[in-house]
Amino acid sequence: MIPLVSLVTFLPGAAGLALLFVPRRSVGVLRVASLAITLVTFVLSLPLYFGFAGDISGYQFEENRPWMPTLGAAYHVGIDGISLLLVLLTTFLMPLALASAWGVIEDRLKEFMVTILILETGMLGVFVSLDLFLFYVFWEAMLIPMYFIIGVWGGPNRIYAAVKFVLYTMVGSVLMLVAILALYYQYGAATGRYTFDLPVLAQYVMAPGRAQDFMFLAFGLAFAIKVPLFPFHTWLPDAHVEAPTAGSVVLAGVLLKMGTYGFLRFCLPLFPDASLAFGPVVWTLAVIGVIYGAWVSTVQPDMKKLVAYSSVSHLGFVMLGIFTFNQQGLVGSLIQMVNHGLSTGALFLMVGMIYERRHSRLIADFGGLWRIVPAFSALFLVVVLSSLGLPGLNGFVGEFLILVGAFQRNPWLAALATSGIIFAAVYLLWMYQRVIFGEVTRDANLGLTDLTTREWAVLVPVVALIVWIGVYPVAFTGKTEATIEALIAQVEAKASAHR
Amino acid sequence: MSTTVWLIPAFPLVGALLNIFFGGVIGRRAHWIAVPALAGSFLASCVLFANVVPGETLTTTLFAWVVAGDFETSVVAYIDPLTAVMLLVVTGVGALIHLYSVGYMHDDPGYARYFAYMNLFVFSMTMLVLAGNFLLLYVFWEAVGLCSYLLIGFWYTRPAAAQAGKKAFIVNRVGDFGFGLGIMWIWSAMGTLDYDRVFKGAAELPPATATGIALLLFMGACGKSAQLPLHTWLPDAMEGPTPVSALIHAATMVTAGVYMVARSRALFERSPVALEVVAWVGVATALFAATIALIQTDIKRVLAYSTVSQLGYMFTAVGLGAYAAGIFHLVTHAFFKALLFLGAGSVIHGLGGEQDLRKMGGLSSRMVTTTITTTIGALGLAGLPGLAGFFSKDEILAAAFVTGRRGIWALLLLGAFFTAFYTARMLFLAFYSGPRMTREAAHHVHEAPGVMTLPLAVLAVLTVISGVALGIPSEHGTRFARFLAPVFPVHDGGHGGFAALLVLVMAVLVFTAGIALAWVVYMAAPIRADAIGRPKTVVHALLLNAYYVDPLYDRVIVRPLLALSEFLARVFDLRLIDGLVNALGRSVVVWAAGIRHLQTGYTVNYALTMLAGAVAILAFLLSR
Repeated sequence: MIPLVSLVTFLPGAAGLALLFVPRRSVGVLRVASLAITLVTFVLSLPLYFGFAGDISGYQFEENRPWMPTLGAAYHVGIDGISLLLVLLTTFLMPLALASAWGVIEDRLKEFMVTILILETGMLGVFVSLDLFLFYVFWEAMLIPMYFIIGVWGGPNRIYAAVKFVLYTMVGSVLMLVAILALYYQYGAATGRYTFDLPVLAQYVMAPGRAQDFMFLAFGLAFAIKVPLFPFHTWLPDAHVEAPTAGSVVLAGVLLKMGTYGFLRFCLPLFPDASLAFGPVVWTLAVIGVIYGAWVSTVQPDMKKLVAYSSVSHLGFVMLGIFTFNQQGLVGSLIQMVNHGLSTGALFLMVGMIYERRHSRLIADFGGLWRIVPAFSALFLVVVLSSLGLPGLNGFVGEFLILVGAFQRNPWLAALATSGIIFAAVYLLWMYQRVIFGEVTRDANLGLTDLTTREWAVLVPVVALIVWIGVYPVAFTGKTEATIEALIAQVEAKASAHR
Repeated sequence: MSTTVWLIPAFPLVGALLNIFFGGVIGRRAHWIAVPALAGSFLASCVLFANVVPGETLTTTLFAWVVAGDFETSVVAYIDPLTAVMLLVVTGVGALIHLYSVGYMHDDPGYARYFAYMNLFVFSMTMLVLAGNFLLLYVFWEAVGLCSYLLIGFWYTRPAAAQAGKKAFIVNRVGDFGFGLGIMWIWSAMGTLDYDRVFKGAAELPPATATGIALLLFMGACGKSAQLPLHTWLPDAMEGPTPVSALIHAATMVTAGVYMVARSRALFERSPVALEVVAWVGVATALFAATIALIQTDIKRVLAYSTVSQLGYMFTAVGLGAYAAGIFHLVTHAFFKALLFLGAGSVIHGLGGEQDLRKMGGLSSRMVTTTITTTIGALGLAGLPGLAGFFSKDEILAAAFVTGRRGIWALLLLGAFFTAFYTARMLFLAFYSGPRMTREAAHHVHEAPGVMTLPLAVLAVLTVISGVALGIPSEHGTRFARFLAPVFPVHDGGHGGFAALLVLVMAVLVFTAGIALAWVVYMAAPIRADAIGRPKTVVHALLLNAYYVDPLYDRVIVRPLLALSEFLARVFDLRLIDGLVNALGRSVVVWAAGIRHLQTGYTVNYALTMLAGAVAILAFLLSR
């Protein structure tokens, strides 16, 4: 039995460390090797998808080995319907992110490649860990490479953005660590067994009350900052604007999902009473985020900032879906996490492509690009339409399921959130109109070249998935249904145990 | 049979994909793919039409689509006589307009792109009509909106075109916001979105729920079909190429709202309030738009407002429960309005792009086929007895009269008077009055090529015969209504006697009066260009500016929202939220300054140490 999950998780990091022995002069070797590593990782992750039985709710591909037995920490990894898609999203996006950095990163190329490969291991580790201790190690470890990516290879204001990113996240993480320990001791005191094992802890029915509320809030804050949930979002625009394209793609595509993943994986099953009790607060913040993010996006002069704020809006939908506690909302949220990774990842990729050529991201510096770069413009349109939730493309499936789920909880809230689809059309199409349509307004744009072969290779897989999920979402939602159903049953069973 | 069904959308889909992916290679030959695709689709529609069994609904499922728990939808077609009729109109008129486009778009650099979009539209529209559940309907409802967006903004270098495309999409999204909520409500209330189960279950819905759902669905219809207060996008949509205006913004897409309401009649009939709202919004829009059309100077804008107005008639009909009459008007309108737009396109083509009625005139001698066919279309719209529009409009007027809605009848009659007037005015100004263009422009006037005049002729024939063939009223309804009887039951005996005669006579009178008045104003004496469309009075100015609805929306909605967004982005987000965060950060720095010498101060060091430590521990423990 091959430990597939471990292999996928550690391959990039380990191979990345091996790259340290390649001389830094061998730029070509470094580039090709790192791309190859991420591609192999992706290929290795495919058996996870094909071998995953969608009708089983438990963890699959599990590996459980003792690690620090005296502490009750184990090397316990595995995937279920929730993590499967996020693992695949990560392995899918990494080669694209690397390919996007192909000619852009010239300074400290070797370090960049190594850092990004370690980052991949960190992110995958977060998604596959089934032990709270192990999870926390990955959660923190992943912060460091991201810090470097923004702080070393970022834009002019990179240090401010990187420090802000780390501090923001650390504030949340520290509280989460306290809560993890509190949970550990509480469970130990109650059962006599001290363990960080998630499936074991998840069986524990904790009494509702102040302790559970505190733990929920401590975990919740760490995750809410990562999501980011309004009003904890202000690190995001800075981090995105300063990060290099590859960093933005990873940040938006994968890192933000760790927040929403955390709610699904930890908050809901471990603290069901508190989750239900704080549900209305989360909905409210989520819906504010949906509308606020869209409005603020509308008036951004910088394309990258516009896309960054649109994430606040999109992730608001995801949060709303998670806290509907019903099948439609949760399945919708999960698929929407993937959708956001694809659509927003692609938007960042394309803004990056334009920036490489023109060294500007200001909307006002463009106009009339269709005439000059028609292929770019056409693909950009598909991505924009996917982001604004056009039916037939991926975004719609997630959004609609979330809204159907929310409607059952509270029709008025669902109505407010639905207004987000109007505003999404406003900010995205207005941006598109100003950048792509009209006459060419700047001479500097006349010489722009259309997509290169490398850029085609980066974009075509994303666009293909965007269409595939839109037309045939069952291929993906089918893998998650049983897991989500079991999760809802677990939350309900635990919450009703006290009534 | 199910293969035939899926062939109908498959042909244009394949055509669109070919022209999208290989447009660069195909170039000027794009029509060799696009036009046969439509022909194939039309043939398949004919086969389907011939095989529709009255009283039976055929459903055929392709695959399961969005599924989450109890929420199950598939890609499924729902075929009954209504579907068959709609498909014939969409693919038939669509094929003619595709053919026409070969001539009209001849010199355009975006030739392949144009046909790709047009085929994509027909694919979406046929799927909209075929859809067997509300979610699939919604999908293609938005997909036709996308095609509309792309085709309005087809000449993307023109700022006005790009602006109009975006406006159309956003205004439609406002409608779709309601439509989407309506669909969510249907599912929450009934646990299904499949037509047959929703329509069967509608009878048990609480009336308040039915009212809510129906009104939300109708909001979507208002957006798509340009009814008050969401009508503002359609006149601007005229920035698109004229064949697009004919197919999408007159004959097919904009009628989707009427189709949807008629299709969902089981829901609407559960709520008398909703039906009343539909009827009155229809009446109000019919009159509102007709008055604006009276004074427009752009030939396409006259037709655009006319379309808005005629859609109002259709909504009035379905609101009154006269579904077959509404759909019949939809069909005849598709013929004569497509004809009028194509005729106008022929004029614009012949005048080198001129759309201003003030600079036309005297075209009847230079463009004979266009003049004859357009005149037939105009008389069809105005309601010349014997032509299609006369019969279909009469059905609606009669429905209002016999159901005792004399007020609505009178208002519609007034609208019919306006219709006759503005149609005749347009016709006179373009074709029959003395020429007002420059000598230079007059010299270049030419008739359109055969590929353009042939569709005009076919549509003219349809305008002439469809009324007589399908629309002669009888004790058991028109022939058209009898065909649709499995979908919309016919109430026997409502039609006939003195009432019917009165409705008929009044309609003829109003038609004659409208034409006569237009003659007096625009033909009796030669008219100077600057006398047309000049705001002489407040009323003129009001109509010329379309009741100032656009500036009003701009002041009341767009600008305040933008100002608020600016405030949120620049002040609230940066100063307040981020300001708090930074203040917190600074206070920590000040506090930490005291204990900093305990540490090296290099974050890099800490970070690397932590990572190295974690990796080392992990490796050590795993190796044991």
